[in-house]
Amino acid sequence: MIAGSIGRLRGMLRKEFLQIGRDPSSIAIAFLLPAVLLLIFGYGVSLDARNVPLALVVEAPDANTQAFTAQFEHSRFFRPRYFQSIQQADRAMIARQVEGIVWLRADFSRQLQAGAAPIGVILNGVDANDARIITGYVQQIWANWIAARARAAGSPNPTPVSVEPRIWFNPAVRSRDYLVPGLIAIIMTLTGSLLTAMVIAREWERGTMEALMVTRVSIVEILIAKLIPYFILGMGGMAGSVAMAVWLFGVPLHGSIAVLAAASALFMLAALGTGLLISSFARNQFVAGQVAIITAFLPAFILSGFLFDIGSMPVAVQIPTHIIAARYFVAILQTLFLAGDVWTVILPNMAALAAMAVFFLGAARSIARKRLD
Amino acid sequence: MWRRVLALVVKELLAILKDARSRVVLIGPPLIQLVVFGYAATYDLNHVPIVVVNQDQSAASRDLVARFVGSPVFRQVAAPHSLDQVPELINSRQASLALVIDPRFTRDLLLRRPARVQLVADGRNSNTASLILGYANTIITDFSLDWMRDHGGLKPPAILDVRARYNPPLNSQWFIVPGIVALLTQVVTLLVVSLTVAREREAGTFDQLLVTPMRPIDILIGKSLPGLIIGVIEASVIVLATVAWFRVPLLGGLLPLYFGLLLFVTAVTGIGLMISSLALTQQQALLGAFLFMVPSIVLSGFATPIANMPGAIQNLTLINPMRYFLVVVRAVFLEGATFEQLAPQYWPMALIALTTLIAAGWLFRRRSY
Repeated sequence: MIAGSIGRLRGMLRKEFLQIGRDPSSIAIAFLLPAVLLLIFGYGVSLDARNVPLALVVEAPDANTQAFTAQFEHSRFFRPRYFQSIQQADRAMIARQVEGIVWLRADFSRQLQAGAAPIGVILNGVDANDARIITGYVQQIWANWIAARARAAGSPNPTPVSVEPRIWFNPAVRSRDYLVPGLIAIIMTLTGSLLTAMVIAREWERGTMEALMVTRVSIVEILIAKLIPYFILGMGGMAGSVAMAVWLFGVPLHGSIAVLAAASALFMLAALGTGLLISSFARNQFVAGQVAIITAFLPAFILSGFLFDIGSMPVAVQIPTHIIAARYFVAILQTLFLAGDVWTVILPNMAALAAMAVFFLGAARSIARKRLD
Repeated sequence: MWRRVLALVVKELLAILKDARSRVVLIGPPLIQLVVFGYAATYDLNHVPIVVVNQDQSAASRDLVARFVGSPVFRQVAAPHSLDQVPELINSRQASLALVIDPRFTRDLLLRRPARVQLVADGRNSNTASLILGYANTIITDFSLDWMRDHGGLKPPAILDVRARYNPPLNSQWFIVPGIVALLTQVVTLLVVSLTVAREREAGTFDQLLVTPMRPIDILIGKSLPGLIIGVIEASVIVLATVAWFRVPLLGGLLPLYFGLLLFVTAVTGIGLMISSLALTQQQALLGAFLFMVPSIVLSGFATPIANMPGAIQNLTLINPMRYFLVVVRAVFLEGATFEQLAPQYWPMALIALTTLIAAGWLFRRRSY
């Protein structure tokens, strides 16, 4: 019985590997897709605003305004452009030539003596995140200018609290360092689910699934034979992605390779399980492909916490994030890469991944069996 | 000719809509996604867990802590007396920010020396960390200014008066939700169009189609119109939901929006047809659709600004139709933009549509026989 099962499995595996070898699109999904995506994402996704084009309106230039605007000239965040009037700056903003305006009115120097001279800051709020980040930069410049002015005059600083900000794990605040590990999770969700969903739906569509069913191969053996080759392909793609993250993008890897491999294997099983489940529902490639994109890729992109903070979502939206495997994998990857083997983060998330893998594989199996009757 | 095309369009629409599963796929998930993403895709922070280490325990330091705890952005999860517990709380992600007030805080304030406050943020998501520090800095600056005013200190020489135009509350939902109009329209249109020829090839019915009196150009038009129709309808539903459900202000007219939408869907259809005529199987078509779609979403400015990308990648985004349509949707919704202001977005989309349709026609003829 067992020997027969192994023999049948070997035969099925041989068939699967031959099929993969003959149709280059499976290998492309497993290796080329992650590499291309990681390149595009890694270079394309950044939240670090640099060289923001900013309009500086100085209605009456003098030594005081000069001291203030010089701070913008020296900042690596801004690329200032000078305007004489607010109307001109307004037109530049509507034409999208500048993203914000800093406005020093004609009586700026006179009001400085009285104190609390208003400095107008007008931002394009359409991209609210960008606007907030730019506001932060302007505030920093303003605080530096006030402190420098107080020092020069020998008077106490009018903003007496001195803040020492520290950003742990990523002191240079490179958004790429946390986005690239997250991206690996998104990309592997994609390849894992899409690969299996399409492959099995194809068997249904071509009618070869029924041909397989009349053989002595059991449904479990069919599923295992489908899983093993794509698991190997997926893990290969994962290894390639990690290598790119470390050597191409220079993301530090503080955690251990063994933990990374274990977490990846669990995650890959969950992703393949999702793909299996989709394909046994869908049974045709069009629907399977659509469902894989819509239920695997887009939620992983938006609900996994790789880009948007899960804690800030409404509770009703936070609940469905728990059934997205990428969520746990993103948390593990960000911690492994940037912080190290922090077990209080890794163990709960790995347990969740294991539970999801069992759930999806089990569900796929029971549905596949039902359809046999 | 048009009757033949019309017949094919009807047949295509029937083929897609009569299959219960494809029907569900076209209608259900996009709407669910609109609602889920509309609420989930936000950079706005609230209830950020913080740990407060107040080593001073004076009236002034308690006032500062109260400002943090009272803000909707922050939520205090622990208040240990010593610094020892801070690393563990941050490492395990129980807290995203630590606010550490120096024991000499009040003394330094009274002596007009810099009073020290340390902020430690979890940088595993550095964007969130920057935003958290931004919020914290605003609170601390307000505290500083109020303290100086109450204790007869100097007024600062100048203060910032920050206003955000087009989106005064800085609500990121107003930015993301109109973006979803572009995102989902592209996903649906591209999938419908790119799989249409490949499906017939795989089923063997494509050869039958070729021996009918229809010319390749008829087939091409007949294959592209259903995607166009479905794309425009899908987009209309999402626009309606954006206005009626999410209450995103629609300041501009529908005419500039739909003009842009038509150009966008045509451009996406052209790209879908190119993929479709190159692919021999549905798997190849889907892979092709994917290889175009994912980069086009990432490099469109949907979630992260194009201005932050390296120069070479910024140039690459110029051939991405979604980049232009995103500007159109957001500008029409939030800025009330007119045809004239949007012209720089319209013509590149028209050019992309023209190029891809011609290329698709050429590829189609070469692959048909």
